[in-house]
Amino acid sequence: MNNVSKTLYPKNWKKPPFIKRSWLRWSIIIGSILYLIAALSSMDINIQRVLEGIPRGQRFIESFFPPNFSDNRGVVWEGILESIWMAIISTVAGIALSIPIGLGAARNLAPLWVYMTCRFIIAASRTFPEIILAIFAVKLFGFGPFAGFIALSLGTIGFFAKLLAEDIENSSPAQAEAVKATGANWFQWINYAIQPQVMPRMIGLSVYRLDINFRESAVVGIVGGGGIGATLNTAFSRYEFDTAAAILLVIIGIVMVLEYASSHLRKWVQ
Amino acid sequence: MLKLENLTKRYNTGDLALQGIDLRIPNGQVLALIGPSGAGKSTLIRCINRLVEPTNGSAILNEVNLTKLSSRALRKSRRKMGMIFQEYALVERLTVMENVLSGRLGYVGFWKSFLRRFPKKDVNEAFRLLDRVGLLEMADKRADELSGGQRQRVGICRALIQDPDLLLVDEPTASLDPKTSRQIMRLINELCQERGLTAIINIHDVLLAQMFSQRIVGLALGNIVYDGSPEGLTPEVLTKIYGEEDWSATIEKVDDEDEEV
Amino acid sequence: MVVQKKQDELVWKKRTTREQWINWFYWLIGISIVLFAWKIISDKTVWFFVQDAPRQAADIGSRMVPPKWSYSLELIKPVWDTINIATLGTVIAMIIAVPVAFCAARNTTPHSTVRIVALFIIVASRSVNSLIWALMLVFILGPGVLAGTVAIGLRSIGFCAKLIYESIEEIDANQVEAVKATGASNLQQMIYGIIPQVLPTIAGVGIYRWDINIRESTILGLVGAGGIGLQLNGSINTLAWTQVSTILLVILATVFVSEWVSAKVRGAII
Repeated sequence: MNNVSKTLYPKNWKKPPFIKRSWLRWSIIIGSILYLIAALSSMDINIQRVLEGIPRGQRFIESFFPPNFSDNRGVVWEGILESIWMAIISTVAGIALSIPIGLGAARNLAPLWVYMTCRFIIAASRTFPEIILAIFAVKLFGFGPFAGFIALSLGTIGFFAKLLAEDIENSSPAQAEAVKATGANWFQWINYAIQPQVMPRMIGLSVYRLDINFRESAVVGIVGGGGIGATLNTAFSRYEFDTAAAILLVIIGIVMVLEYASSHLRKWVQ
Repeated sequence: MLKLENLTKRYNTGDLALQGIDLRIPNGQVLALIGPSGAGKSTLIRCINRLVEPTNGSAILNEVNLTKLSSRALRKSRRKMGMIFQEYALVERLTVMENVLSGRLGYVGFWKSFLRRFPKKDVNEAFRLLDRVGLLEMADKRADELSGGQRQRVGICRALIQDPDLLLVDEPTASLDPKTSRQIMRLINELCQERGLTAIINIHDVLLAQMFSQRIVGLALGNIVYDGSPEGLTPEVLTKIYGEEDWSATIEKVDDEDEEV
Repeated sequence: MVVQKKQDELVWKKRTTREQWINWFYWLIGISIVLFAWKIISDKTVWFFVQDAPRQAADIGSRMVPPKWSYSLELIKPVWDTINIATLGTVIAMIIAVPVAFCAARNTTPHSTVRIVALFIIVASRSVNSLIWALMLVFILGPGVLAGTVAIGLRSIGFCAKLIYESIEEIDANQVEAVKATGASNLQQMIYGIIPQVLPTIAGVGIYRWDINIRESTILGLVGAGGIGLQLNGSINTLAWTQVSTILLVILATVFVSEWVSAKVRGAII
């Protein structure tokens, strides 16, 4: 407490930097700044056009109000219902396809060649957004909800099979071993040791995927895949923005309901 | 002097955690608060610095009625009350030094604290305290890299750098092993003597309470059922606080310890 | 679970008869919904096209090989644009998402009305697909990279804010209480008690979303919002299949690299 001991301790302290090597820290900082400059300058923002866009945007947003639920009501509800059916059937089909692929993509269940094949299918399905799948599906199967159904089902595989495989790989080996030790065959083993462990999460994920598929069905329509997206696209191209606003509000409403339902279902399952 | 007058707390659930506590603690006294889980020990000390809002009654520290303060004045008063927590409650992803310096937050403006620009005096004091508890080299380590005992020492430094008049200590040894528990209690006790601090220590361990405090208050169901010297803890008293149990082993061990110390 | 006595034997069943019937009933409802959905979709399908699809697929497939490698040089600028849309969009989204998340988290929200507004922003942003955002923004800002960037930004706010606010609600309250006990103001409690706890999540969410955004920004060109989708759309419309396959391979490579980068960065931070 005397003066001598006081001078022993430093009077300044700086928080140690997050990246300890200073050359690395500075090159990351300078690199990010250079990237931002390059990216922004190549964006080619036409200020004139944006300024013009402001009153246009204002009018655009104004034309959304009030949302028009009454005109074209039949068309809107038909589109919404088609989207719902599409979402349901593609979720069911996608999950049905995902289960074998997901089992195959779990390293602790499948031999290497099966594992590699299934992982490849998953990676391919995950890389391309549903909309690109939908473009090709429309080319192959013609306009309409069938193309959308195919695109969404394929999209579901990449999502569901991957998570299923990861969940199986993370499941408790002790439980799996215990059931195996009873002399169960492969199917019994899956049924008794693996299924109970992954089931609750998978049910939650199915509802979540149903939610995603419904939202995605709103866009596959833009390229001709049927559903509410087709209706929305028509509304936009006819400049019927009040109808478009109504459609968007309905989509938001349904997504909220689905989200609420899925959180409740997950609680109920666990 | 800390005065508690008719301090009452009823939780929203309807539980009456404190039933009108009256207590006077003179400056420089180290008081141990014992009692079973749910007796209201944590609630009592949290009602003093109003981490828990008391329902009724008052807590008066050096003539300031804490229960009547506006939120700004309350923050000012909290600077004078250091608190040490059960699970250390260090901000785990900050460095040891930041954790210690966070004890000065009430004195430092927002931007200065945001940029970690604490006054030189505070930094110097932080280093001195860390040296006092033997953690000088750990200053730049992240708090989650430390062991339990080390974390609690950092927690002590954080409380002391506030330059408090009163130390509120909530189960400081609950998550520590027996040996570290004693070291921590000894350290708290020594620091209180050095600085002439008043302290209220919540503690489960009757033995430690007897070893390291001058006065013991027993709490049961939100009421004070014992207030006296550590030596006065007879089996009858313990039964009153905790309920029926064979206390002879506890008491005997206490006697042994006392001889040692 | 029930144990029944039947002809001097104990019979164990997982469910009572009544439970069994209810269970079957749920299955019946589920299956009817799926079948009904399937009927709706199949009624709207021209099965002739579907039957023709394998031949079509083989045809398009054969036209796609070999990819027109020389075309890939023309794709450098579109890929650069795509990456910029994703990166700048993510940056915009994170800047907005963090305050929104703090308003939406139960334990940090300034007021319950603010919380409801924040939750609505999150749901609205999540429910509307980036392609639909882009569709609207092209009307307002004109076609180009800017519309795409803003679309990605708007879409990502909800996603990021949702994950961040959930992690804010799960922080260790003791650490905040300890900071509060020192007499810290609300803002100081935030920067010392809360932010250090959620910073890893914020960083992780940003990187995760960037990875998703790379994928999403490859398609924005379909509605004129810049990026490689513009070329994809053009090539498909002009039936330039060798260009299409080149573009798909480039997208595949971009996504692969972005996934690698995000995994590396995440590993370095957390």
